[in-house]
Amino acid sequence: MRPAREYLPVLGVFALGLLLWEGVVFAFSIEFYLLPAPHVIAATLRQTYPVLLESALYTFGEALAGYALGCGGGVLVAALASRFPAFAGLVLPYAIASASVPIVALAPLAIVWFGIGPGSKIAIATLMTFFPTFVGTLRGLLGVDARSLELMRSIAATEWQVFWKLRLPHSLPHMFTAFRACTTLAMIGAVVSEFFGGPMKSLGVYIKSTASLFQTRQSWSAILVACVLGLTFYLAVTLVERLVVPWRVGEDRAGA
Amino acid sequence: MAIIALEGVSKTYPSSVGPTEALHDVSLAVEQGEFVSLIGPSGCGKSTLLRIVGDLVAPSGGAVTVNGKGPGAARLDRDYGIVFQAPVLYEWRTVEANVGLPLEVIGWPRRERDQRVRALLRLVGLDAFRRHYPWQLSGGMQQRVAIARALATNPAILLMDEPFGALDEMTRERLNLELLNVCRETGATVLFVTHSIAEAVFLSSRVVVLTPRPGRIERVVDVDLPQPRSEKTRALPRFFELVTLVREHLVEDPALTAAGSPAGEVR
Repeated sequence: MRPAREYLPVLGVFALGLLLWEGVVFAFSIEFYLLPAPHVIAATLRQTYPVLLESALYTFGEALAGYALGCGGGVLVAALASRFPAFAGLVLPYAIASASVPIVALAPLAIVWFGIGPGSKIAIATLMTFFPTFVGTLRGLLGVDARSLELMRSIAATEWQVFWKLRLPHSLPHMFTAFRACTTLAMIGAVVSEFFGGPMKSLGVYIKSTASLFQTRQSWSAILVACVLGLTFYLAVTLVERLVVPWRVGEDRAGA
Repeated sequence: MAIIALEGVSKTYPSSVGPTEALHDVSLAVEQGEFVSLIGPSGCGKSTLLRIVGDLVAPSGGAVTVNGKGPGAARLDRDYGIVFQAPVLYEWRTVEANVGLPLEVIGWPRRERDQRVRALLRLVGLDAFRRHYPWQLSGGMQQRVAIARALATNPAILLMDEPFGALDEMTRERLNLELLNVCRETGATVLFVTHSIAEAVFLSSRVVVLTPRPGRIERVVDVDLPQPRSEKTRALPRFFELVTLVREHLVEDPALTAAGSPAGEVR
């Protein structure tokens, strides 16, 4: 992997940030319910982690299900749209426009449609991840250069072969850019949807109910868990990207 | 019978300011085993002519025969391999996977494909780089990969569209020699588009000089230099005579008079 001197500064900045946080809370004697110091959050986490772990797994399950549906659907519909350009031309403007719609605003309605259980959260996470994946993948599938297509024509490749051997691999880096961004979106979708109702043992409900009781130390410990979870999710997808798109990693390193 | 026969071929592109005539009444017959270069000022339609032979562009008029059939049928039969000015390698494929692409498309079994690819990479001297990705190779090496790929299906015809135009002079001269070796070993007929007079004369058995837009055949120069060509060929007095002869028939064009530097071609 990367040498220590690449990630050590990053860790250093992180430690410095924690130190600064501690210092500010101490220097200005900020009330603990407004902003607890990191060591207070860490101490709280020691008590809350059994509940939080269960809640986190539940919420992550919703996020992952929505992620899989949204990203999978996005790739499938993009594949269809690349095959039928007229369809793509019709759908793409709406897809791009929808990217600016605050989908979490639909969360209360999703509960009306899909119930208080995981269904409504999965629906929101799906919606939030579908459009970025669709737009990114389609851009990759259609962004193939004219010479590459001429080459395929010169060797008498079928449309099917052009798709599998040219369009799809060309689109993979675009897809993974979307996949990475969607990890965060899926987490946001699941957690925020839970604010509008869900089982007690879920991150969103936990954060909302502790915050409304001014148990902010507990809220912060849950936020920390959500952060770690989101980061792990992101890194996992990045790792898969390295395996699936090895040429891109090498190119980036060569500065091409 | 000619392996490539063009009869009164013309091509007109529609444009916002009215139709643009790229080619006008071009007739040319290329015999089996010949090396024919097309040379002319930028925008004279020489690339278009090559693309018509390869069935990548449809002619507006005239008759085209490639390997005894229409260009569409010849393309579907993989009668030709093509090399562009850019290598057009797929960045997600290693060198060997790029060379094997045409065989993969036909559906050759893996083992035969591997053998064929190894032989082709030896032919272009890149056997040691078969597992490299394109970005790890120099421009000249990338173009060698493209040539190996064009030869994969052992086509009767090689179409080359300014294949060495983006390379430096030294690499270009070395690849010129390598290309002649490859042609001797494969017996392929070559149709070669270039901006460089010296390159055209050095490589070809005939040089076809085209006029500026619309492209017409100005003159066909028979190159009677001894075979096989070598480094020494470039020093022969006859070589300079032929270069001068071709230059005289080329209609003045700033991109060419500037030491044959390739300019951005309008297609």
